[in-house]
Amino acid sequence: MSLVLSETASFLQDQTQRFAREKTPTSHFRSVRDSENPECFDREIWKQMAEQGLSGILIPEEYGGSNFGLSGIGVVLQELGRTLTPSPLFATAVLGASLISKLGTDEQKKKYLPEIANGNLTCCFAFEEGPRHNPKISEVTAEKKGEKFLINGKKCFVVDGGFADLIIIAAKSSKGTSLFLAQKDSKGIEVKEAKMVDSRNSANILFTGLEINSENVLGEIDNAQDTIEEVLDIARAAISAEMLGGALEAFEITVNYLKEREQFGVKIGSFQALQHRAANMFTELELCKSCVLESLSCFEEKSNDVPRIVSLAKAKVGETFHLISNEGVQMHGGVGVTDEYDIGLYLKRARVAEQIFGNSEFHRNRYAELTGY
Amino acid sequence: MTDLALFREETRDWLETNCPPEMKKPMTPHGMTWGGRNCKFSHPDQELWLKRLGEKGWTAPTWPKEYGGGGLNYDENKVLAEEMANLGTRMPLASFGLWMLGPALLEYASEEQKMEHIPKIIKGEVRWCQGYSEPGSGSDLASLKTKAVEDGENYIVNGQKVWTSYANECDMIFTLVRTGAQEPKHEGISFLLIDMDQPGVETKPIKLISGASPFCETFFTDAVVPKKNLVHKLNKGWDVAKNLLQHERKMLASMGLGGSKAAGKGKTGSGLATLSKKYVEVKEDKIVDEGLRQKIAKCDMNSHAFSLTLKRVSEEAKNSNNGPSAATSIFKLYGSEHNKQKYEIMLEAMGSQALGWEGGEFGPEELAITREWLRTKANSIEGGTSEVQLNVISKRVLDLPQ
Repeated sequence: MSLVLSETASFLQDQTQRFAREKTPTSHFRSVRDSENPECFDREIWKQMAEQGLSGILIPEEYGGSNFGLSGIGVVLQELGRTLTPSPLFATAVLGASLISKLGTDEQKKKYLPEIANGNLTCCFAFEEGPRHNPKISEVTAEKKGEKFLINGKKCFVVDGGFADLIIIAAKSSKGTSLFLAQKDSKGIEVKEAKMVDSRNSANILFTGLEINSENVLGEIDNAQDTIEEVLDIARAAISAEMLGGALEAFEITVNYLKEREQFGVKIGSFQALQHRAANMFTELELCKSCVLESLSCFEEKSNDVPRIVSLAKAKVGETFHLISNEGVQMHGGVGVTDEYDIGLYLKRARVAEQIFGNSEFHRNRYAELTGY
Repeated sequence: MTDLALFREETRDWLETNCPPEMKKPMTPHGMTWGGRNCKFSHPDQELWLKRLGEKGWTAPTWPKEYGGGGLNYDENKVLAEEMANLGTRMPLASFGLWMLGPALLEYASEEQKMEHIPKIIKGEVRWCQGYSEPGSGSDLASLKTKAVEDGENYIVNGQKVWTSYANECDMIFTLVRTGAQEPKHEGISFLLIDMDQPGVETKPIKLISGASPFCETFFTDAVVPKKNLVHKLNKGWDVAKNLLQHERKMLASMGLGGSKAAGKGKTGSGLATLSKKYVEVKEDKIVDEGLRQKIAKCDMNSHAFSLTLKRVSEEAKNSNNGPSAATSIFKLYGSEHNKQKYEIMLEAMGSQALGWEGGEFGPEELAITREWLRTKANSIEGGTSEVQLNVISKRVLDLPQ
């Protein structure tokens, strides 16, 4: 397994870094947030991201994507995470693209994947059923009625659920778990915005007798669990990369502040009490970089240790972003809790991202289970 | 066949032919050879193995051939290590000469000095110890006071060193001595090689909390050192010391991953969990105490993350010419702190059974863990304390103000 970026990944990283710095610095995030646009992202920026090919990185070339793989989208998310860029990339280009590529019929792939790649179609994955991640579906059910399925129940904290055109629903069917596709304006779907502390889009979605035709079943009935686990791991590795970007930026912002701020006639960065804490954070970040690189590349290497490595990355980067966002605010002193300074924005994002598909405790538990204790 | 594949084949053949049978068995507690003039081998095969590898230069595979090294490049060295691991051959020689002094000599010593000392390090003929710390100079190493004064063709050395590992069994000591003014403290220090077989050098072992005595105090009373044993320029010894410390820290960092044989991590599963399961309640192969289980997982994940980081840094070094990456600065700190943590978790799992001192109520493995736990307390002190490492990261890597 390689822990050094490939040429393609390095290229994507440079390109995205330039884009993020020019087009979507944190002032962009603030303007989207303050515009009270309920979608919580800028469609013009999304169009430009799609033009650069970012929405098609996980999509095969025959369906209009580039198939650069998870290492590719990982470095992109990392750079966008640095500037807190809000976009449908995670829910649409990671979750949506992966689920449809892996399970879709040729017809479904032809219908949806090119539209994702060109930025015209957004998706969300209606999966969670409570405030804490649980990979087993039990609340939302799919009942067979003739040639159709009836979906009932409530999904929570669906990333981008407030605007996504296409909803991919995980539901409990008679003998297992199944996936279904539904357009957002279908009868039987009620979307309730769950506005989160990080100002990204999130919704709870209520399904009341939603009718699904057989052409909108994704994959085999009762047989989706394995692919769901696989795609959850892809998503966890991807969100870990975004979190690493956020943690790196929050750390750099803080270290720069330590070099500027003066108290008692000296820079506060000269105080050993702060220096040692900063050095500890640097150490943890170095470990996180290795874990994230490994988790992105292990899919391509087809390692049989993928779930364990992904849990390692999500737990480690979760702990570290948690630590750095707390310490960052504290080291900024009073201005750290003002809206004017960016550090507080990273604190908010850190906590929301930490919950997505399992917090650090969840992944430590999973790592222990997979290791045999 | 590529050159490297050919090299692998030749290496495998050579190792199979030349490694004596006893040296293919797992290492025993007293099975390590440290070499030196008074070396005692615990088995004749040990001597044979050291002799054969030493002559081939493979105790120091990457050092230049002209001084007796193996002259291997990065990839060949990796192949050699892999083939030795595959065959399960023992490490032929443990040596501060190989791990610390040699690399510094290759960088700073004169041609004559290299020719004299390096071949003997490679063959394990001379055993070296390190004379750095003094009773009043620990973290503030540069305040050292051991003095060397010119006297014709010699230096006369007076003073005391402390924490000299295995000084009572060594032949030579590489030391930092003051040859110039006390201030500025870094600029009056020289790097001297001192033969310990003389009346002016005495050693006294220090007994540690673990019961062992791996360290000594070393006293110099008018010790005589020929001027040709000065390495690098007079009063420029600090440059050599800094270079050597990097090698020392690299060596100490790797200890964080090795640790106890009992808690060593296999290819699958976790050594820490396997050990703990013998002492705590287990249900359906799961440790019942959720608090302990989370701690073990956290510790295992940190080991995993740390070993990935060591691997990443070596890959980066191979792919770039920018010198060592900033990540190397965390190795000593993280390795030693992590190792301490690991032993505290072992103690927590084993309870009082890990705190035995002697007697038949405790197994040999348990008694070893008691002592290893105490030994780990020195990990974050020796070779630069964790606090010094944090200072180094703050100042050199993060560039925080003084």
